[in-house]
Amino acid sequence: MEYLVIFISALLINNFVLSYFLGICPFVGVSNKIDSALSMGFAVTFVMTLAAIVSWGVYNLVLVPYKLEFLEIVSFILIIASLVQLVEMFIRKTSPTLYQALGIYLPLITTNCAILGVALLAVLKGYAFVETVVFAFGAGLGFTLAIVMMAGIREELDGADIPSPFKGPGITFITAGILALTFMGFSGLIR
Amino acid sequence: MKEKSLGAEFIKGLWKENPVLVMLLGLCPTLAVTNSVNNAIGMIGAVFFVLTCSSIMVSIVKDLVPSQVRIATYIVIIATFVTVADRFLAAYFPELSKALGPYVPLIVVNCIILGRQEAFASRHGLVESIADALGMSCGFGIALLLLSSVREILGNGTWMGIKIVKGWFTPWQVMILPAGAFLALGVLVGIVHFLMDRKS
Repeated sequence: MEYLVIFISALLINNFVLSYFLGICPFVGVSNKIDSALSMGFAVTFVMTLAAIVSWGVYNLVLVPYKLEFLEIVSFILIIASLVQLVEMFIRKTSPTLYQALGIYLPLITTNCAILGVALLAVLKGYAFVETVVFAFGAGLGFTLAIVMMAGIREELDGADIPSPFKGPGITFITAGILALTFMGFSGLIR
Repeated sequence: MKEKSLGAEFIKGLWKENPVLVMLLGLCPTLAVTNSVNNAIGMIGAVFFVLTCSSIMVSIVKDLVPSQVRIATYIVIIATFVTVADRFLAAYFPELSKALGPYVPLIVVNCIILGRQEAFASRHGLVESIADALGMSCGFGIALLLLSSVREILGNGTWMGIKIVKGWFTPWQVMILPAGAFLALGVLVGIVHFLMDRKS
C-alpha cells in the first residue's frame, strides 16, 4: 500500500514535469510529435530507474559508510553520465531496433535534470531501496504521461490561429500551465 | 569573425542572447524557484558563482584537456563548484537552502552553464570568458527577478516579503503554484518575442 502511495504520488500528484519542473528542456524540445515523445518518455523512464538504483547503492553503501556525503553531486552526475554511455553501447549491441527508436534520445538524457532530480530527491526523502525503485519508475512514467499529452495537444495546436509572438515556446508554456492546473485536481487523491 | 569588445560580450547576455527569455535555457530553476523574490535571489547568487568560477576554470585548463573528454571534465568542474555553493548555502543560509531544496544541486545539469562552457569559455581567453559569464548570469538574474516579481506580487501581494498591495486586491493564488510559473513564463516569452519582432 505504501508503495502504491509513492507510485501514484510520483506519477500524478507531484508530477515531475508539471509540479517539480524537472526535465523541462526535453519537455519543450521533443514534444512535437507523439511517437518521438513516447520514445523519449520510455528512454527517460528506463535510465531514470537504473540511475536511481545505482545511485542509491553508491550513496548508501559507499558514501555514507565513509562519511563522504558531500561528494553526492559529483558522484551522481558521473554515475548518470557513465550509465547513459553503457546503456547506449548495450542497446546498440543487443537490440538494433530498440536502438533505432531510442538511440538519438539517450545522449540528451545525460543533461536531463529529471534523472539527477530523482536520485537527489530519493536521498532527500530518505527512501529505502524498494521505495526508491518505485519512486523512480513512477516519476519516469509521469514524465512520459506529461510529454505525450503535451505532444498530442501540440499536434492539434499546429492548425490553430495563434498570435505570432506567442507561436512556439510562448503557447507551449501556457498550455503546460493549463495542464499543470488540471493535474492539481489529483492532489486530493492521497491525504 | 571580428573580435568583439568586452562590453559587447557582456551586454549580449542581458537582452539579445538572454539565456532564459530568448534561448530558453535553464528553465527548471527558472520555473521552480520564482515563487518568491528571495528564493530567486538565492538562486541567482548560486548560478552567478558557479558560472563565473567554472568559466574561469575552463578557460584556464582548455588547452590541457583532450577534446574527447572535455564534456566530462566540464561537468566535474561544474559539479565541484556546485558542491561548494550548496555547502555554503546550507551552512550560512539554512532557511534559503531548505526552500531551494534539490534545485541547488541541480545547477549541475543547468543547460546555461554547460552550454556557456562548451560554446564560449572553451574557445576564448580568460578575460572574455569572465565577461561572457558575468553577462549571462546578469541575463539569468534579470529573467528570474522579472518572473519572481510578477509571481510574488500577483500571487501573494508582496515583494521580498513586504506587503505592497492592500485591501481591494485578492491575491491570485494560482501564480505561486506550479501552474502560475508556466503561465507567467509563457506570457513573458510572448512579450519578449513581440518586442523583438517590432524592433527588427
